[in-house]
Amino acid sequence: MLLKTLTQLNGTSGAEQEIRKILTEQLKPYVNSIHTDKIGNLIVHKNSLTVGPKVMIAAHMDEVALMITAITSEGFLKFKPVGGIDSRILVSKPVQINALLGVIGAKAIHLQKPKEREQALKIEQLYIDIGATAKEEAEKHVKIGDYAYFYTETEPLGEGYWKGKAFDDRVGCTLLTELLKKDYPLNLIGAFTVQEEVGLRGATIAAYHVQPDLAIILEGTVSAHMMEVEEGAWVTEPGKGPALSIMDRATLYQPKLLQQVIELAEKNGIPYQFRKGHSGGNDAGSIHLSREGIPTLAISVPCRYIHSTASVMAEADLQNALALVDAILKSIPNEFKF
Amino acid sequence: MPYDQNPLDYSLLERLTQTFGPSGIEDIVTTAIADEVRPYCDEMKTDTLGNLIAIRRGTGKKIMIAAHVDEIGVMITHIDEKGYLRFAPIGGVSIRELPHRRVLFQNGIMGTIGVEKLEKPIDLKLDKLYLDIGATSREEAKTRVSIGESAVFAGNFTKQGKRMTSKAMDDRVGCFVAIEVLKRLKTDHEVYFVFTVQEEVGVRGAQTAAFALEPDLAIALDVTGTGDTPKAHPMDVKLAHGAAIKVFDRSMITHPKIKAWMAHTAEQHNISYQWEVLEYGGTDSGAIHLSKGGIPSGVISIPTRYIHSPSETVDQGDIEGAVQLLLALLEGPAELSIL
Repeated sequence: MLLKTLTQLNGTSGAEQEIRKILTEQLKPYVNSIHTDKIGNLIVHKNSLTVGPKVMIAAHMDEVALMITAITSEGFLKFKPVGGIDSRILVSKPVQINALLGVIGAKAIHLQKPKEREQALKIEQLYIDIGATAKEEAEKHVKIGDYAYFYTETEPLGEGYWKGKAFDDRVGCTLLTELLKKDYPLNLIGAFTVQEEVGLRGATIAAYHVQPDLAIILEGTVSAHMMEVEEGAWVTEPGKGPALSIMDRATLYQPKLLQQVIELAEKNGIPYQFRKGHSGGNDAGSIHLSREGIPTLAISVPCRYIHSTASVMAEADLQNALALVDAILKSIPNEFKF
Repeated sequence: MPYDQNPLDYSLLERLTQTFGPSGIEDIVTTAIADEVRPYCDEMKTDTLGNLIAIRRGTGKKIMIAAHVDEIGVMITHIDEKGYLRFAPIGGVSIRELPHRRVLFQNGIMGTIGVEKLEKPIDLKLDKLYLDIGATSREEAKTRVSIGESAVFAGNFTKQGKRMTSKAMDDRVGCFVAIEVLKRLKTDHEVYFVFTVQEEVGVRGAQTAAFALEPDLAIALDVTGTGDTPKAHPMDVKLAHGAAIKVFDRSMITHPKIKAWMAHTAEQHNISYQWEVLEYGGTDSGAIHLSKGGIPSGVISIPTRYIHSPSETVDQGDIEGAVQLLLALLEGPAELSIL
């Protein structure tokens, strides 16, 4: 399963090479050309068509991770986050550095003073234990600038759910790969972007040189559908269909585009929901402002607990997102206007 | 007084302020502006994001004038089973000022912002606020509004003497100055009057418009704060002391030659002006001056009290000063190098 393969690979912002390699292998038989641009985006031309509207679908390859910033004399590794990570979720988690395993250490409960038990640990207080006994031993396996990744197996959960790391945004990469394996009589370009988690950087470059007439961003997005959160603040709900972005920190999505997506979803019996929140952002933020402005949509698979060791998503949402984007692509250029 | 024969049409300013136009849904305002300026320009177009560009063709300098059409507001994110709505802010909205304000939807539906019971005043956060549109169930609410729909803050237009108060003076007063200038302008320069979208959420429309037009220089028209009210944050801008020439804000440090050009022109024409140093915020020029290889940009600001409230207050004299100054700038040689 492609989602499992992609989520078990490691690739944070600026270090997306493993993902790029597998995607290239996967796509080569199905597409006209594949190349890597100067910042590292994988740009895939589905066919050699040059007439008609140019449609770019973007999904980012990078995931959040940790960067090793120092090795202590005891052989422990200090680190800083790459992308948005809540330091409270890090304690006691297993991580992977190169081929090495490590554990993010902290004092056991027995050793904590009562006051320490009430306070969340800050990132500066945490370190990775790789079983080394001295700096020299650790340095044989790890160097400063290496990355540590959440070590999680992607597995099915309950009825139709999946648990794994990096759904944000390997779920988008999975969808985009599946779409590029299909055939559309369109000037279709897949952009697997880099460095989204640190500021939508790859997408800025990709949009500038691809210059599409329409952009669709495929994402794994937040869901606050959980205990102690009231319904009004859920943002998205896993299992209720792909989420259409209406507004986030970086983009106001065009109502006339959204209306057409809604009509297509209803006509084809595809469930959908709105991404009902205003925080966060995705590659749409830089793409829609590229050059003279680009009509842009964002369609996401809701994931609980993103940016952590293990998120949870519904497989049906993935399938319905695929069906929805497929319906959009089939309706270009005659029906879907932008 | 230069406007005795040809007074500014303040009924137009009233209409502009009362027209619905939160960031992202600006087409009603741009349509109204298009109808107003059509007789006075050579060409008009609307771009991908929705910016309205009114062009006066010429052989001189390519000059971009930017005034944003969008206003702050709220967007519906959730409708509960009792028919109450939850919302997200659009643009710089101060949450603590929201309880019991009224909002208006495009279809005329009015809502009142209510607040849940608070244990302490500091608990007033966005998630404690809701919108009451008089619906008693989710089904009933859904017949009137839908998720993703936006509303603006209600605030009617009043004029007392030379003072005018309304919602959305930010930045319909800038649009008004641009329109009144366009009506009177005689110039050989090629001037693009750009009525920009999505300024309040991050100067987005101006960014794409500047890229497309690549002007030689640009002037934005927007409101600025004042420091002339009781115990205000120190700021050396006063209402009724003339249009302000921007020196600095969080998005731009004005090019010295632009400042000199503006001040010199004002002095030549006996137009009073004041210098504006704004410690917070920014405007369209922030995006424009960084477009392409860099575009020399300045801002003429209208001093405004109570910005981002339903009672934004401006002075007639400052508006007229801004019109005069912009006309003088556009009708002169616009040579930055000779100063």
